[in-house]
Amino acid sequence: MDLFEHQAKELFADYGIPVPRGIVAHTVEEVRSAATELTGRVVVKAQVKTGGRGKAGGVKVADDAADAVAKAEAILGMDIKGHTVHKVLVEEASAIAEEYYFSFLLDRANRTFLAICSAAGGMDIEEVAHTAPEKVAKVPVSALTGVDRATAREIAAAGGLPEKSLDGAAELIEKLWCCFVDEDATLVEVNPMILSADGQVKALDGKVTLDDNASFRQADHEALADKSAEDPLEAAAKEKDLNYVKLDGNVGIIGNGAGLVMSTLDVVAYAGEAFPGKPSSANFLDIGGGASAEVMAAGLEIILSDPSVKSIFVNVFGGITACDAVANGIVSAFKLLEGRGEAVRHPLVVRLDGNNALLGRQILADAALPRVELVDTMDDAAKRAAELAAAGV
Amino acid sequence: MAIWLTENSKIIVQGMTGGEGTKHTRRMLASGARVVGGVNARKANTTHEGLPVFGTVKEAIEQTGADVSVVFVPPAFTKDAVKEAIDAEIPLCVVITEGVPVHDSTEFWAYAVEKGNKTRIIGPNCPGIASPGASNAGIIPADITTAGRIGLVSKSGTLTYQLMYELRDFGFSTAVGIGGDPVIGTTHIDALKAFQEDPGTDAIVMIGEIGGDAEERAAAYIEQHVTKPVVAYVAGFTAPEGKTMGHAGAIVSGSAGTAQAKKEALEKVGVRVGKTPSETAQLMREIMQSR
Repeated sequence: MDLFEHQAKELFADYGIPVPRGIVAHTVEEVRSAATELTGRVVVKAQVKTGGRGKAGGVKVADDAADAVAKAEAILGMDIKGHTVHKVLVEEASAIAEEYYFSFLLDRANRTFLAICSAAGGMDIEEVAHTAPEKVAKVPVSALTGVDRATAREIAAAGGLPEKSLDGAAELIEKLWCCFVDEDATLVEVNPMILSADGQVKALDGKVTLDDNASFRQADHEALADKSAEDPLEAAAKEKDLNYVKLDGNVGIIGNGAGLVMSTLDVVAYAGEAFPGKPSSANFLDIGGGASAEVMAAGLEIILSDPSVKSIFVNVFGGITACDAVANGIVSAFKLLEGRGEAVRHPLVVRLDGNNALLGRQILADAALPRVELVDTMDDAAKRAAELAAAGV
Repeated sequence: MAIWLTENSKIIVQGMTGGEGTKHTRRMLASGARVVGGVNARKANTTHEGLPVFGTVKEAIEQTGADVSVVFVPPAFTKDAVKEAIDAEIPLCVVITEGVPVHDSTEFWAYAVEKGNKTRIIGPNCPGIASPGASNAGIIPADITTAGRIGLVSKSGTLTYQLMYELRDFGFSTAVGIGGDPVIGTTHIDALKAFQEDPGTDAIVMIGEIGGDAEERAAAYIEQHVTKPVVAYVAGFTAPEGKTMGHAGAIVSGSAGTAQAKKEALEKVGVRVGKTPSETAQLMREIMQSR
């Protein structure tokens, strides 16, 4: 889960990391009162979970409350790389002497943590990393030993920070490491980390990504989720514990195993190229190992409530899951939905292979469900589902 | 022949007494794998599924001569279970558990390295390893196919099963599910190296997924070190772009992590990449038939 800047900074503040005073505002009126409270020059910053806000005009300095309101009027509601700005962070303006870059993150390739530090921070850090890589220090950090004050100082020095900033930077970096570990983050990034005119090292921006796998020991993290940005179908699926992602197409997908379902999206897209309107997948839905009738019904229910769906492709390879259980799941799901008056109104193409596939196919054939078709292979089933979606009403 | 897991492998199950542990211990036993015991500190000196339960991995090894551990313990306890297996220096530790926090897997990987890599870790979040006709450590169904001369390494469980099924008439030396988590113990490259050296393997199927740059690095390894034919499949061409934040990811990997980038990297070194799982199986079929 990615955090908004203001959430990241609130988290930083909890760990004693210096951040500018700031107030979140959702309306121009809230901006006015925030700027009035902060007094003096403020910065109005769009809160969106994407980079490049500054370059997109989502960050503006304002001289006073009236100016802040004017700036906020332009920023609130603007679109930054597909993200609509629903709130801004109004922050006291900092007198910046120097801008640095710092982050801790997971280095997948080397299976370790990494500290990245550079004296050339700011908006162009990616460019710097590309054209002058020697200015960007990348220091591996062992999960076993971590980062203490002395190590933090070494990293800051390796990044080329000047002597006058080293003590302040080392303190900030050490605290940031605590935040990274204690919060189960996979990224904490401070760009820029600044030296202020009065000699303080501060986090002027914050980006944090938290590990969803750690939610069982991070009870506070659920409150950080941005419920308003969730797709309504995704939110409904989440409540049913389904691994569902809404996509743009019109073929509803149900499968087992993340890899197989991802592959199904691809195969449907290839098959769809041959048909008018180029049908593609309407969703990703992985029903996992135990495809019970309840899970199948819950999955079908979500997919049927998606108005863009024209056909449905159930793609199951029975590994641990037995295909007869999946077939029974489909039959019971139809009954369950019918009983609720939500009869399945789209054609359903089913591919069953693997464990007890013959038995599963027989169960579906015997049930003779309306608009259910069995197709032997994944590629042919994808073609048929795409064809039906293209012909759909 | 096979890699890492043979008919002589003696398997213990960490978390054998839990629901998943019990179910899959039964399945492994039914498939003919030599499961010799389980580990659960709170149930030491009892029996479960007719097998002895030991208090520690070390004790289990001493009593049974086990050389493979399969881990089914819940995510909150996985780190400690794997570190215990590393301390006991068991040669192979297969971590099936899904949902392990990445700080934990990064830590147990660092621990394994510090202890001299005496334990090969497969996973976490993987289906395990199967050498059809010989042994089976994990949850890969044993009856999809029989022994043969194709090696398979995959990030995805169900795609492993799908390819094993499509190529069941040829059979497999070993199929390794390495898992799709960001930090894993055994990589594509480790498996490619082992298959290259295995006299029982003639050709290799490699299955990748979007994310990271493991496939790109595997391609570079294949170019330098693998002379056996390799066919590949990459899932996720049409997956929605992940919402990455900040610049850090791009600075580190230097790769887009897209399926297209992986496919191109593999094709550049002569690996044939199938558009669908079935097409990938067909490419391998042609290779095996021409031998």
